[in-house]
Amino acid sequence: MENANTNELAVQLSGVNKWYGEFHVLKDINLNVTPGERIVICGPSGSGKSTMIRCINRLEEHQAGQIIVNGIELTEDVKRIDEVRREVGMCFQHFNLFPHLTVLENCTLAPIWVRKMPKKEAEEIAMHYLERVKIPEQAGKFPGQLSGGQQQRVAIARSLCMAPKIMLFDEPTSALDPEMIKEVLDVMVELAEEGMTMLCVTHEMGFAKLVANRVIFMDAGQIVEENEPHEFFDNPQNDRTKLFLSQILNH
Amino acid sequence: MRDFKALPDLAPPLVARGVIGWARENLFSTPLNSVMSLIVIYILYLTLVPIIDWVFVSSVFLGDDKTACEGITGACWAFIGNRLPIFAYGSYPAAEYWRLETCFVLLLFSFGPQFFEKFPYKLPLGIFSLTLFPVICYFLIAGGYFGLEHVETEKWGGLALTLMIAYVGIVAALPFGVVLALGRRSDMPVIRTFCIAFIELWRGVPLISVLFMSSVMLPLFLPDGMNFDKLLRALIGITMFQSAYMAEVIRGGLQAIPRGQYEAAKALGLSYWKSMSLIILPQALKLVIPGIVNTFIALFKDTTLVLIIGLLDILATVQAAITDPAWGAVATEGYVFAAACFWVFCFGMSRYSIKLEQKLHTGHKR
Repeated sequence: MENANTNELAVQLSGVNKWYGEFHVLKDINLNVTPGERIVICGPSGSGKSTMIRCINRLEEHQAGQIIVNGIELTEDVKRIDEVRREVGMCFQHFNLFPHLTVLENCTLAPIWVRKMPKKEAEEIAMHYLERVKIPEQAGKFPGQLSGGQQQRVAIARSLCMAPKIMLFDEPTSALDPEMIKEVLDVMVELAEEGMTMLCVTHEMGFAKLVANRVIFMDAGQIVEENEPHEFFDNPQNDRTKLFLSQILNH
Repeated sequence: MRDFKALPDLAPPLVARGVIGWARENLFSTPLNSVMSLIVIYILYLTLVPIIDWVFVSSVFLGDDKTACEGITGACWAFIGNRLPIFAYGSYPAAEYWRLETCFVLLLFSFGPQFFEKFPYKLPLGIFSLTLFPVICYFLIAGGYFGLEHVETEKWGGLALTLMIAYVGIVAALPFGVVLALGRRSDMPVIRTFCIAFIELWRGVPLISVLFMSSVMLPLFLPDGMNFDKLLRALIGITMFQSAYMAEVIRGGLQAIPRGQYEAAKALGLSYWKSMSLIILPQALKLVIPGIVNTFIALFKDTTLVLIIGLLDILATVQAAITDPAWGAVATEGYVFAAACFWVFCFGMSRYSIKLEQKLHTGHKR
């Protein structure tokens, strides 16, 4: 599985710009992610952090600049987009499980239909990952019958079933009750410890301190500051970062 | 320290105390209520008794001509019984009735199991009833192959024709509707514009004018000698008309699916058609089952309109039969019978949709 070219970047954004109509939502974003790196992205709402990671699997289009994921540049070309999406997993704030399919079917759907895997093998892999997120006993249930934390863990397992090289997390815990946040974070920490390349939009600063190699602070569509977690939290360089940190850490 | 002791389970308080208790509580709780109840009961008595008398008591069920019904005050069901083959099969040659009957039996065996919870080979039978079945029926009913005598579509009629038009309309309008609904939401301007134009055009004209166009106008535009069957033209007209309605119903369902579902499907690498057929459409169609069945029922009843272009469906055969001097005044019986036939099928569709909704319910309420 090791990439022949270890220097190759997992994700490379250079000079990325994006507009929603007149609104300039991403301004000159430059970001390089090496394989195995774990990056936490934080910032006030509307700062463009979700938009940025959604550009990485082309859920949003960028209008200027270059995005290269696993050596494939994202363009209009549908084939390339599908190729990138196969290797990039994503977890959403609202889980977005498929309510008409059971937990197991949610997990096997993409391996069967995208990777053309035999059903039996896909089910074995799905059960393996459901065990890893500690809910194998829920495999036959429908998502609507699970708690929020369980649903988010299923969503993580569903992404992992595609054996992605990169995982994107878009505020995975912000729609959860406090008690359920931990069970999801535990799974994410485990994943990080296994060396998964992760880009994670979150305000869980404890998680950031524990697993991140780098913390990125965004505001008004720009990357304001990036640093390794201890420096970032203990010694922020930018006034905007200081203000943000004082607001979220003082509670 | 004291042990925790669960209280014993008690029976729920009695609400219904038999018929008398219910009546006392709901019908005769106050003097005014009692008076109103009595008046309503009296009105019911006045209307229901004559109806029951007309339908069951004073009616005649057997007989071959109007002498059987002379001097009676009830319904002359003998007329219906006598003309049943015509109502069912129109002017289809009597010696070939077995071909229609075979089709009907095939329908019962292929679609009937869908009403049951568990039935062996339910899925393949369902697929058969929607794909191969209409084709087999066409060859069997039209004939001209395999030594079967050719029967022109002019001779098709009665309930069989009604069912045929409705079945073809339903089976064809649903997939067309799905495609049109997807097309209307497409990012591609040409496809989107075409679908919008198609839907708005067909939805904007009455079905009667569509049928008139298909039977009177269309042949004028076609080159000489090129003429295709009147029934086929009517079928195409009805299918186009209903698929425009169906498309809008399905579009409603598509719009109700949250954006996150589209995004999750994309993020997993599913292509457009796979995410539509595996993720979006199963959910969207389930949401709009009531609307879809509504359209089906409307379609079923609209099939009666084909009588204005000279196709003799069940209503047309009934109308023709009640003017027959051999039976005298039997118009009411004829129309009641036709209405009952329609009601049975429409009610069946409605029950089927309820069953389907219950079965597809996965405990996820939005």
